[in-house]
Amino acid sequence: MASDMTTIAVGDRADHPDPAEGGEGPITDAPLIYFSSVSDNTHRFVEKLGVRAARMPLLTREPTLRALRPYVLVLPTYGGITGKGAVPRQVVKFLNNEQNRSLLRGVIGAGNTNFGETYCLAADIVAAKCNVPVLYRFEVMGTSEDVDRVTRGLEEFWT
Amino acid sequence: MSEKLKLVDQVQAINWNRIQDDKDVEVWNRLVNNFWLPEKVPLSNDVQSWATLTPEEQQLTMRVFTGLTLLDTVQATVGAVSLIPDAVTPHEEAVLTNIAFMESVHAKSYSSIFSTLASTKEIDEAFRWSTENVNLQKKANIVTDYYRGDDPLKRKVASTLLESFLFYSGFYLPMYWSSRAKLTNTADLVRLIIRDEAVHGYYIGYKFQRGLESVTPERRQEIKDYTFELLFELYENEVQYTHDLYDSVGLAEDVKKFLHYNANKALMNLGYEAMFPSSVTDVNPAILSALSPNADENHDFFSGSGSSYVIGKAVNTEDEDWDF
Repeated sequence: MASDMTTIAVGDRADHPDPAEGGEGPITDAPLIYFSSVSDNTHRFVEKLGVRAARMPLLTREPTLRALRPYVLVLPTYGGITGKGAVPRQVVKFLNNEQNRSLLRGVIGAGNTNFGETYCLAADIVAAKCNVPVLYRFEVMGTSEDVDRVTRGLEEFWT
Repeated sequence: MSEKLKLVDQVQAINWNRIQDDKDVEVWNRLVNNFWLPEKVPLSNDVQSWATLTPEEQQLTMRVFTGLTLLDTVQATVGAVSLIPDAVTPHEEAVLTNIAFMESVHAKSYSSIFSTLASTKEIDEAFRWSTENVNLQKKANIVTDYYRGDDPLKRKVASTLLESFLFYSGFYLPMYWSSRAKLTNTADLVRLIIRDEAVHGYYIGYKFQRGLESVTPERRQEIKDYTFELLFELYENEVQYTHDLYDSVGLAEDVKKFLHYNANKALMNLGYEAMFPSSVTDVNPAILSALSPNADENHDFFSGSGSSYVIGKAVNTEDEDWDF
């Protein structure tokens, strides 16, 4: 198992797709796992935190990550009218893995208050579904105050 | 209309089965799902509420909405259209035509509000004010000049600043009325516009960042300097405009915080760091919650005790479970 272990640094996408769809994906022991679309907004926020983090693959057809230890999930919402389909499909695929779900400890949402009631809705949905708290919400790629608060908050959260 | 707008050089049949940038499809779908028309909003329910506003408040509201109408008209007729020849994929062109049309819907929506609430004389007076207000005309002219210019990246900057910053001195007022339970249907309509502008700013900002990837570091720096210069120029004008409008009701300082807050988001849409510190972006919580009921600070778990949550049991989930 140990030789199999892959730690994915921020910026690395899990871009070694297993030809067999739904095959075993890369393993990560990062305490923070996130999804960011090609807009890279959430990715930039996570980079600024300076913590070890793993990015989910961009494409749903790629094998998803497998978490090894308890982690916090960061995910964006770019909401619609009812928020239908608010949770990115890549995140759904990741959380449909039971081990991934059982190791989830908290959720951080990214979004834009312009979306009104659906601001950070995906974070709310995942938190309710998996019975973990929404730890924080930030807009677009986060301000420096957001980065400070989350950095401090995560430190305390894990101690 | 002194100069002709540049058109794309060559048109090929658009093939939606061959996608170069998935973001085009994602945003197209988002925009189509978000489509709405002002006729869907029961504006006439605001007639009684309108009557409770003082003549001064009514005049302010009319002026704010003619100002927004002007910006939406610029964006529909010049802005979004001027970006089409710069598009790098045919699907981007299609998204921009959607944006242009939606801006026309926004502009028309304000006329729906006017005809519901005000007399022809009041409407005409407000439109006359919009052509005579120096700061309003200046902001429309600054942006329009860049649209007519020959720099695709600068055009995108101007467009994103319009979508994500220049509207907000106006958007403040319906959120303010809504927080005091006034003109709530009008506020519902404006919230639809605010939502659309977020998608527009996000998308054009994203295309801007893709464009930056293929230029030299020197050019990247030039564009960054230009962005902040333009933002400062627009900001100074915006502060004047805010005083013109809101001094009579004593709200100018509150509006300025909302401007700072949105200027930061405009910069972030372009991939730049937020510039205004939190000490000047502390938007009135009533305005924030009129914008989004989820936006209040109490949702910040990290600031709370942090000890009150229980780790839940994992539940079995299937794809359909997430289809809310």
